[in-house]
Amino acid sequence: MATSFLSRVLFWPRWFFRQLTSMRTALFLLLLLAFAAIPGSVYPQRSADPNGVRLFFDNQPELAKVLDSIQIFDVYTSVWFSSIYILLFVSLIGCVVPRTKIHYHALRAKPVKTPAKLDRMPIYRQFEAFEPYLDAAQAVLKKSRIRFTRSGNSISAEKGYLKETGNLVFHYSLIGVLIAVGVGGGLSFSGQRVLVEGETFVNNLASYDSFSPGPFFNEENLQPFDLKLEDFEVVYDLTNLNNRGQPIDFIATVTALGKTSEIKVNSPLAAPGANIYLTGNGFAPVITVRDGEGNIAYSGPVVFLPQDSNMTSLGVIKVPDANPEQLGFISFFYPTAEELESGAYTSIYPDPFVPLLTMNLYSGDLGLDNGVPKNVFALDTSNLKEVASRNAENPPLQLEPGDVVDLPDNLGSVSFDGLLRFASLDVAYNPGGIWVLGFALLALGSLALSLMIPRRRIWFRFADGKIEAAALARNDDPGLEDFLQRLVLEINKEIEKK
Amino acid sequence: MNQVVLNEPLSQISLLFVSGAMAFIAIALVVFSFQLAKLSSDQSVDSSKLSNLEKLGFWALGLGTLVLTVGVVMRGIAAGRVPWANMYEFSISAALLILMVYLTALKIKDIRYIATFISGFVLVILFAAVSIFYVEVKTLMPALDSYWLVIHVVVAILASSFFAIAAGFHIAYLVKNSGFGKKVMNLFPDLDQLERLAYRFNIVGFVLWSFTLIAGAIWAERAWHRYWGWDTKEVWTFIIWVLYAGYLHAMATRGWRGSKAAWLGVIAFSAVIFNFTIVNLFFKGLHVYSGL
Ligand code: HEM
Repeated sequence: MATSFLSRVLFWPRWFFRQLTSMRTALFLLLLLAFAAIPGSVYPQRSADPNGVRLFFDNQPELAKVLDSIQIFDVYTSVWFSSIYILLFVSLIGCVVPRTKIHYHALRAKPVKTPAKLDRMPIYRQFEAFEPYLDAAQAVLKKSRIRFTRSGNSISAEKGYLKETGNLVFHYSLIGVLIAVGVGGGLSFSGQRVLVEGETFVNNLASYDSFSPGPFFNEENLQPFDLKLEDFEVVYDLTNLNNRGQPIDFIATVTALGKTSEIKVNSPLAAPGANIYLTGNGFAPVITVRDGEGNIAYSGPVVFLPQDSNMTSLGVIKVPDANPEQLGFISFFYPTAEELESGAYTSIYPDPFVPLLTMNLYSGDLGLDNGVPKNVFALDTSNLKEVASRNAENPPLQLEPGDVVDLPDNLGSVSFDGLLRFASLDVAYNPGGIWVLGFALLALGSLALSLMIPRRRIWFRFADGKIEAAALARNDDPGLEDFLQRLVLEINKEIEKK
Repeated sequence: MNQVVLNEPLSQISLLFVSGAMAFIAIALVVFSFQLAKLSSDQSVDSSKLSNLEKLGFWALGLGTLVLTVGVVMRGIAAGRVPWANMYEFSISAALLILMVYLTALKIKDIRYIATFISGFVLVILFAAVSIFYVEVKTLMPALDSYWLVIHVVVAILASSFFAIAAGFHIAYLVKNSGFGKKVMNLFPDLDQLERLAYRFNIVGFVLWSFTLIAGAIWAERAWHRYWGWDTKEVWTFIIWVLYAGYLHAMATRGWRGSKAAWLGVIAFSAVIFNFTIVNLFFKGLHVYSGL
């Protein structure tokens, strides 16, 4: 009747918290977490595979919309997934903090009193001995650094406190991992940049092709440095017949921070405040376009995107400065070209042994002037005149390196001046990584301690000229009997010494 | 850069050895099954002593392990690197490690009674390896060309081996508990013992799996510019880890020990197998190294 208002108000929250921190709930939440992680491996995720998500939307727009509304394409940042692991961690804290208190007291307290009936213990022995036996036992326990307390005619000892310590440290480390992941992710950034041989990248926001910062990222965190791609070499397997055309190594030679270094797959370059990774490669044919009036309207390397393992590559050239008409090219590059029966080409080897460019030419208003940003890798041909292609009056243009070809209808000329490679670079920074690793290793170490160290209680009692020895383990412990046996042997030795 | 010269004839000889090992292991399987059948029909025999039939079985299993070792080592030499860079190689290495872990554990503890399960399971792995997963030796793609391949993958295989043996105990537990095949199951240790053995193997597996997870994250930071990105394979490594963590909690929860925990162990191990087969072959992701 005397329940205060406060305790009545707090009844349900308390009840809820007690439920939440029960082992059963932890188990349930763990299983739920495992289950909830599955959809992220079945459906493409925006974070890992944005292209896959786009494709899904194209192919099944209706279904995609429904799935998107329940965050199926962002599983690991979704409300439901987050709720599960946050609940799990609340439960973990609620579980571990009281246990820490108990363990702290246990560490300072004496081992529990010797129970009255030792013969109920899983390991129990009884043998004749003299009173000084307990003194010897005490000496042995001391020597083995096992905690004990003697009261009257009995000794109570306990070892393996490190098991519980390990368990607690393990759970705290998991909290550490979670915090490091969160904070690190917030401060992190990653930016992508395509760099053609000879080009230089300056580390500021404007230089990136794409950039994804964490929520706490600040532009001032970008440290200034230049990086020039001097040379990019791709090594293919020529030794093993079955393996021909398989890339063996990608080596980007760069100058940065006053020295020349190599960036390879699996070995990024450490720059100030970021690591620079090599993530992609391709060809960048150097192309010059002269317009109908004979002026150079475009000149430079064009990044071509690889389409297959033999590096058939697709590039788009937009020439808005051409007069009298703007020009657009959709072009294929074949490093080692071979003509198919249909007259089309394909590439049969990824290294440039028989390089060939083919180009479809369009003329008209490219639509670049209205200020809407356009994808540089796509050309909207709907309002353009198809001047040269397999469907048009004129055949597609074909160029080998060094060739100059006149465009039909006096539109000008195009030349294939040289061939360069480009490297896709990823500049990434995550200050949390090292902390995550630290906590993860701490978790691993304490996990091993907690799982491998046995927690044991041992008792000796002297009465009526007999010694009773008993042992009890906290968990399953196949070595318990041996352990007691060894202790007894050592005590006997100790007695003989006297 | 290391320009490796592949040795295809040697890889063919390696395949012969792997197939030869299968023959020995098949003999072992037949002998062990026969032994079980015999013991169950004649309960008077003292099953704690090694019978001649069992001796024959373990000889065959030992020889199979030896021949398989030669096959796996040859495959490594033929490829000029560690023999676990695609599904075929991963399978034969896993089969070898399971046998080695089992035979070593046998020296420490009498776990003869799951010999039938172990030889059967290894035989299935090897059969899938040579008939479904087989690929000729290839050089590594640059992303795999790292010493982390050695560390991360070998520990993953070792962890899976421990999980596999634990799964054997779980299955024995569940069968015995269901009362099915009483005569045969009488030869197995009691339920408590089976549960404990499964737990022992699972905790070793779990520590190794935790290490695999960490090593994988370190490698991913090097190769894919982030230590964790929820790639399909990362997702499943995580799921497996969480499932086994669940199993460990179940073992500490009253009312969950026994057959519920055993079922969890079986489910967790199914996830290991699922990860290795279905996820490798059919799920899209960065870990495309099945070689198929
Ligand atoms: C992120 C969530 C969690 C994970 C990943 C996790 C993982 C683990 C693992 C791997 C173990 C076995 C290793 C050891 O004994 O030290 C363990 C043990 C244990 N966990 Fe957790 N845990 C989580 C949450 C919790 C929660 C919420 C509770 C409390 C309700 C809890 C209570 C315990 C206890 C009491 C043990 C010892 C079991 C024993 O005596 O064998 N854990 N946990």
